[in-house]
Amino acid sequence: MQLDFGKNYFDLFGLAPSFQLDTPALEQHYREIQLQVHPDKFVHAADADRRLSMQWATYVNEAYQALKHPLSRARYLLQINGVDTEEERNTAMPAEFLMQQMQWREAIGEAETASDIDALERLAANLRAESRGLQARLADALDVDKDYTAAAGSVRMMKFLEKLGEEINRVLDTLET
Amino acid sequence: MALLQIAEPGMGANPHQHRLAVGIDLGTTNSLVATVRSGLSVVLNDEAGRALLPSVVRYVAEGAHEVGYPAQALQSKDPHNTVVSVKRFMGRGLKDIANAGETPYRFVDALGMVQLRTVAGVKSPVEISAEILRELRGRAEQALDGDLVGAVITVPAYFDDAQRQATKDAARLAGLNILRLLNEPTAAAVAYGLDNGSEGVFAVYDLGGGTFDISILRLQRGVFEVLATNGDSALGGDDFDQRIFCWILEQAKLPPLGPHDSRLLLTKAREAKEALTEHPQANITAMLTSGAALDLTLDGKIFAEITQGLVNKTLQPTRKALRDAGLSVEDVKGVVMVGGATRMPHIQRAVAEFFHTEPLNNLDPDKVVALGAAIQANVLAGNRGGDDWLLLDVIPLSLGIETMGGLVEKIVPRNSTIPVGRAQEFTTFKDGQTAMGFHVVQGERELVSDCRSLARFELRGIPPMVAGAARIRVTFQVDADGLLNVMAREKSTGTETSVVVKPSYGLSDDEVTAMLQDSQNHAHDDMTARALRENLVEAERLLEATLSALAEDGEQLLTPEERAAIDAHIEALRGVLPRNDAQEIRQAMDALNRETEFFAARRMDANVRNVLTGHRLTELEEN
Repeated sequence: MQLDFGKNYFDLFGLAPSFQLDTPALEQHYREIQLQVHPDKFVHAADADRRLSMQWATYVNEAYQALKHPLSRARYLLQINGVDTEEERNTAMPAEFLMQQMQWREAIGEAETASDIDALERLAANLRAESRGLQARLADALDVDKDYTAAAGSVRMMKFLEKLGEEINRVLDTLET
Repeated sequence: MALLQIAEPGMGANPHQHRLAVGIDLGTTNSLVATVRSGLSVVLNDEAGRALLPSVVRYVAEGAHEVGYPAQALQSKDPHNTVVSVKRFMGRGLKDIANAGETPYRFVDALGMVQLRTVAGVKSPVEISAEILRELRGRAEQALDGDLVGAVITVPAYFDDAQRQATKDAARLAGLNILRLLNEPTAAAVAYGLDNGSEGVFAVYDLGGGTFDISILRLQRGVFEVLATNGDSALGGDDFDQRIFCWILEQAKLPPLGPHDSRLLLTKAREAKEALTEHPQANITAMLTSGAALDLTLDGKIFAEITQGLVNKTLQPTRKALRDAGLSVEDVKGVVMVGGATRMPHIQRAVAEFFHTEPLNNLDPDKVVALGAAIQANVLAGNRGGDDWLLLDVIPLSLGIETMGGLVEKIVPRNSTIPVGRAQEFTTFKDGQTAMGFHVVQGERELVSDCRSLARFELRGIPPMVAGAARIRVTFQVDADGLLNVMAREKSTGTETSVVVKPSYGLSDDEVTAMLQDSQNHAHDDMTARALRENLVEAERLLEATLSALAEDGEQLLTPEERAAIDAHIEALRGVLPRNDAQEIRQAMDALNRETEFFAARRMDANVRNVLTGHRLTELEEN
């Protein structure tokens, strides 16, 4: 590949690098680019075209996935600004947040024991609201204040919330089986 | 430069000629073939006017066999040699097959995939499936009066890599050029969506003879984007027959039955199930080999009761798929029903209740998959009408690598849009370790033993270092057919190894070639002549593709020198064609391919750039 405009994912889709994103534009540009590069368009092409098509379509999918989800988009914005989110190592969290985490975990555990699907779905809804709050903070930190340290902290918190969401889904899966 | 081109007689160089392509629904119970004719997708019938080909193969002595209705008619008489529902065995070991003891087959537990002992010898599910595909290929070539350019073959969305690879091997064995493996629900969505011009989120509920799939798709401006898929590759209409069969045994207090009686009662069970679609009750009468007569009545209510568990088993994956898509029932605009088993009234009711909407049934649930596959085949073959829409599908099950302690490190999560590539770094466990073994698995569980093993391979020649110092990058690449390729690379030395994942279950190219040579139908087929024919066709295609690329973009993207170099290779390839030497043609093709590589890259860049420039212009105009 020799794409210069592909040096970052935002350029690829012709979008400004910001956390607040014109999602319909992202989706539309994604589809239009895939219409150009997808392997289905190159079934009868020469080997070189087929290989390139797969590389391109793979790259476009990767870029789209990274920008589509708020957590990965924030992580990517920090990455292109040279900031490591230290999700594996940095576990320092505000005490209040950690307290809340424990309460969430307990609530999930109780709902599991009681096989209470409704309670789990309420928890999932609360979690989504919490996550929206973090997204608003991320938008401020990344797009307005350029406070990347604060943003990295929010990313780490969001990662926690994502794990909680996965845990709720896992319990829902087992309860429904 | 603009010389008129004249094709040699019989070379068929007209680029706008309609290319014959088909869609094949290789089903558990029935198979179909369809094509697009005069812009309409139609199922091709057999000489007796029947659309369905029962997926039944009967082997008779001396290596002969029959496929479809004649085989089905004799399944009770000759149960050992008559294979039904072979799709259930594709890419499966003996331990994976539920109710293996209740089937009349003589299984041979071969490495990887189970095999069946018949009067014509031991047959693999791949060979048996190839017989069905060959029959459909023959039907299509006769109906369309020509050779097929290729076929799209459908697979259950929930098929894993081994099952997909087995399907692809069967197609190759049947002499079919596979344009794409397409997920059945996606094919149905294409047939449905294009017919109805729909937009929005749809669910495709696909209960076939032996597999269940649920897919959640978004249809928007000609793009079919699969958001999530789930299912059960061992649950289908057959299981409903099995429940009725058990009910019969219970009601009539029958002792364990021999293969003839088992087959007979399973057939009666299926007939009763089908009768209950139209009638409130069904009579089940049979004469057993012991002379005992059977006379029972099954009504819809009892049928619904004894199969309630199976219906619920389809709703669990449905919930999971919705959850993975991040959607709820209210977001789903319509539910497309696919597969003959969805005709059962209590399935219709359960789905309507779950989604709070009446399911869509305006396309024949037996035909809709084949019709959609034909539409996609037509587009992939390069016939008109394909420029404005696209399928974006996903992998159904996560792919990963075994790590210490028998745990799975997921590399590509399920429901990733394909093609997808992911890389992960691993390191050595011991000082001085020079080789590393990789075990590739597929599935959602955390323990390797709960996932499907796809392949094992080794990376050797790692320079001796202290434990944890080596950096080994493992790259997974899943192509547009949903098939996986894995590569491992040690970063400091560049030591590299790669596998197309198939050793555990798939066939090697040599095995396929050997099978092709063995196969009776191809005994007369000279392999050299075949290779030449294939290379000639491919060379034509390459010339055509290159010339059209040059016509479109040669002027803008190439210097006169670059253009001259490519033209020289085109002439060289044209020059060797009349010599009819497969190898020479291959070499000239490879040389042309190499010469045009940078041109291809520039074109791809230019295309993407044009999309974006188009936007900037419209956005400027709007402002």
